[in-house]
Amino acid sequence: MARLALFMIFTVLCMNNLQAAIEVYQFDSPDQEERFHQLSDQLRCPMCLNSNLSGSDAPIAADLRAEIYEQIIDGRTNDEIIDFMTQRYGDFINYRPPLNRGTVLLWFGPLLLLLAGLLVVWRMVRSNQSADQALALTAEQQQKLEKILTGKK
Amino acid sequence: MNQRVKLFIPGVFFILMLGLLLFGLGRNPNQVPSALVDRPLPQFSLPELNQELVSVSSSDLQGSISIINFWATWCPPCHVEHPYLVEISESESDVRFIGVNYKDDLVEARLFLEEKGSPFEQVIIDLDGSLGIDFGVAGAPETFIVDSFGTIRYRHVGIINHQIWAETFEPIIARLK
Repeated sequence: MARLALFMIFTVLCMNNLQAAIEVYQFDSPDQEERFHQLSDQLRCPMCLNSNLSGSDAPIAADLRAEIYEQIIDGRTNDEIIDFMTQRYGDFINYRPPLNRGTVLLWFGPLLLLLAGLLVVWRMVRSNQSADQALALTAEQQQKLEKILTGKK
Repeated sequence: MNQRVKLFIPGVFFILMLGLLLFGLGRNPNQVPSALVDRPLPQFSLPELNQELVSVSSSDLQGSISIINFWATWCPPCHVEHPYLVEISESESDVRFIGVNYKDDLVEARLFLEEKGSPFEQVIIDLDGSLGIDFGVAGAPETFIVDSFGTIRYRHVGIINHQIWAETFEPIIARLK
């Protein structure tokens, strides 16, 4: 068990080294480096559909990472960099799409479905309750029932 | 009666969702809408492949309809597409074919066009892929239709052959003329 753990730690360390060896970027401050990782996690690779820039080996993803790096070093803000990418690749490139007419359903669709579901459940519970009331026996009927059950005539 | 109609609501909802999802399945996930359609060409001025002293700029592309094709010798689909482009460019006399040699080895690129013939009036060199980024290109080959005012009208991802040309490109070009 200890051996396995050791092996796993070793593997993870190796992977980190490997990743660092692919691209080496020098940042002026830790803040810049953090922004670089944040942006390349948030932006999507235009070629590979379901991975972000930091997780993709596609050449275009490497080019766009380099572009992000250069713009950060040039002192551009995150919004400016995201604008730059969106102008060229559309909302598609952003994993956090902006709220506009085309994306309203995307943002609020799940909430709408949840509300519809809650409404249905609420109405079902309510109609069950009223059905129970309709089925409830009147005082007279209750007396009759008790008589039958206790066997008195 | 009212109660009965209500029973159908989940079914109708289910069918609507099914329709929506089927519609989504039918769409090609690779067909990413281009942000550049109906926008002017990005500004650039880059050297030409066969005459490096000549530079081609975005304003040179105005005045006639152009086809801008991003290609490279390292890209296998570009090799497939090339003979079609040569044939199509010969039959289309009033459309300019401009190539963009995308992140390629220039010696190999020149050799490639010399051996297989060039469909292009001019070939722009994009060594580091920055023109590609300005065009929103994800890889090669990609082809753009640009009208005579320098506005991008269409983006095509993947190879062009006679069928794609006739079904997709010809109607757009005919409309722009």
